Amino acid sequence: MRVDAADPGQYRLFERTNISVESMQSASLSSEPRSQADDPSSLVMRFGADEPLMMDSGVALAPWQIAYQTYGTLNAEKSNAVLICHALTGDQHVANDNPVTGKPGWWLTMVGPGRPVDTDRFFVICANVIGGCMGTTGPASTDPATGRPYALDFPVVTIRDMVRAQAALVDRLGIEKLFCVVGGSMGGMQVLQWAASYPDRVFSALPIATAARHSAQNIAFHEVGRQAVMADPEWRGGRYLTEGTRPSKGLAVARMGAHITYLSEVALHRKFGRNFQDRAAPTFSFDADFQIESYLRYQGISFVERFDANSYLYVTRAMDYFDLAAEHGGSLAKAFKGTPTRFCVISFTSDWLFPTSDSRAIVHALNAAAASVAFVEVESDKGHDAFLLDEPEMFAAARGFIDAAARVRGIA
Amino acid sequence: MSLPTALPLTDTANGHRLDFLLVADMVEPGSRVLDVGCGDGSLLSLLRDRRGVDGRGIEISREGVNACLAKGLPVIQGDADTDLADYPDDAFDYVILSQTIQATRQPRVVLEHLLRIGRRAIVSFPNFGHWRVRTDLALKGRMPVTENLPYSWYDTPNIHFCTIRDFVELCREVGAQMEKAVALNAGGQPMRVTLPWWVWNLLGEQGVFLLKRR
Repeated sequence: MRVDAADPGQYRLFERTNISVESMQSASLSSEPRSQADDPSSLVMRFGADEPLMMDSGVALAPWQIAYQTYGTLNAEKSNAVLICHALTGDQHVANDNPVTGKPGWWLTMVGPGRPVDTDRFFVICANVIGGCMGTTGPASTDPATGRPYALDFPVVTIRDMVRAQAALVDRLGIEKLFCVVGGSMGGMQVLQWAASYPDRVFSALPIATAARHSAQNIAFHEVGRQAVMADPEWRGGRYLTEGTRPSKGLAVARMGAHITYLSEVALHRKFGRNFQDRAAPTFSFDADFQIESYLRYQGISFVERFDANSYLYVTRAMDYFDLAAEHGGSLAKAFKGTPTRFCVISFTSDWLFPTSDSRAIVHALNAAAASVAFVEVESDKGHDAFLLDEPEMFAAARGFIDAAARVRGIA
Repeated sequence: MSLPTALPLTDTANGHRLDFLLVADMVEPGSRVLDVGCGDGSLLSLLRDRRGVDGRGIEISREGVNACLAKGLPVIQGDADTDLADYPDDAFDYVILSQTIQATRQPRVVLEHLLRIGRRAIVSFPNFGHWRVRTDLALKGRMPVTENLPYSWYDTPNIHFCTIRDFVELCREVGAQMEKAVALNAGGQPMRVTLPWWVWNLLGEQGVFLLKRR
């Protein structure tokens, strides 16, 4: 989740700060992401040895835990629960200040009182994904067998594993059927997986800027990011937490590369053009002469302060493995055959990471499955990140869809 | 060619357009309907509320799609010319093309898709053979601009006008069987079914056809 890009103030901040290569190299050994891994600053549901998480890799993970936040009140009928699924580097702090960064929740424009996902009406749940580093069991969590962080001993996770973990949480909360499952990007993949795995538990589904499978191009970008992490000598074969190092340079480079894919050429040009950073002319060096360089370095550095490098490997891998049709003999329509869920699919015109054609493929399959599906392509030049930003057309579509579904569900 | 059949009279007390009510009367209650070019969803919500249909829509404008979403209608932002090919055969009981065929690039292809996707198709369109249209062209020498057809030639979305006679001919060419045909006069009222086709073509402002694959 590109929390940083969602905050317009960020642009102003970095414009005054030229970030040196040195500061990137010395990027902190901050213990924050690690400290959240076992004892997060949020609610935690714990599952013991008798309740393992059965993972696609064949591993029965136990014990395990899932960290989550809730907003609003569950009604007596338990019919008003909304699950928000976060994206790659997001977390459960969707509508409250983040305990690590101190920044506001990452989707305050969508979730909150009077927002499309109205916390005055709905009981909103958002959980950190399995493999994450904000309190749900992941590679930074302590392996009870060794007393050390799992690191690469943690089983590879899938989108379906994430959804299984969320379903276990929803069970524990005593909720039979979710009113709506909402998410963008990797969160949208979880929405689709929820609808395919638990059709009777999802009244409505709102997948945004997503795809039913990760494209070769997107796998390629992820691989570049992972290789950047693993090429950092401080990564230590994944055992950096035990050895007291951090692959900060590698993770920052991974983030810089990924961040470009979240934006559009138009948005980059409008924001930065070829503008120089605190100088009138090129320095004939490899200093960050251009604002765009400084901006990316800032994005890289601020990311390593809040995110675990191994988690980045695991969660990107989960997206790579996602191919919903493959689970159903290659037919996406079969994944949704007979579904009672109401769908609303949203894409953005300038999103080249999860282009409209990906959303149309979902819509096409839902049509073939005779599902109830709406689809909106929002005009935006902000690229993939648009789903986190102030996009009135997206809010209008989401609000219309959710309100109408709530009327049918009989939610006041 | 089957003869036009009588329709139950419907009032417009609730502010519904008469051509919509006419279309609604052609739809069996509880059927599955796709409305191509559904606009703000007025016809779909009428069909849902009055006929209990399971309705879907395709609409090219974002404003229209958002209006449909707010009505709880599952509508896809898309283009009749390109997106109908994605729908499987016999997916719907009825596919409706209301006041849209004249705005498509390939009306014949669209009509063929309607007949493939739906067991029946309902098509309504403005009649370019109406006497006022003919008068504009014949006497003024200008492309007609009327209340129903308010655009100038250079900015009109309506790129493929046809007359009732033209449409009947197209139906014959694509092998569509006409189960019902209605012409609406300038007052929006159905014209007497006993009138000959040439009168419909001259005095009808709109044609509404219920078609079936032959």
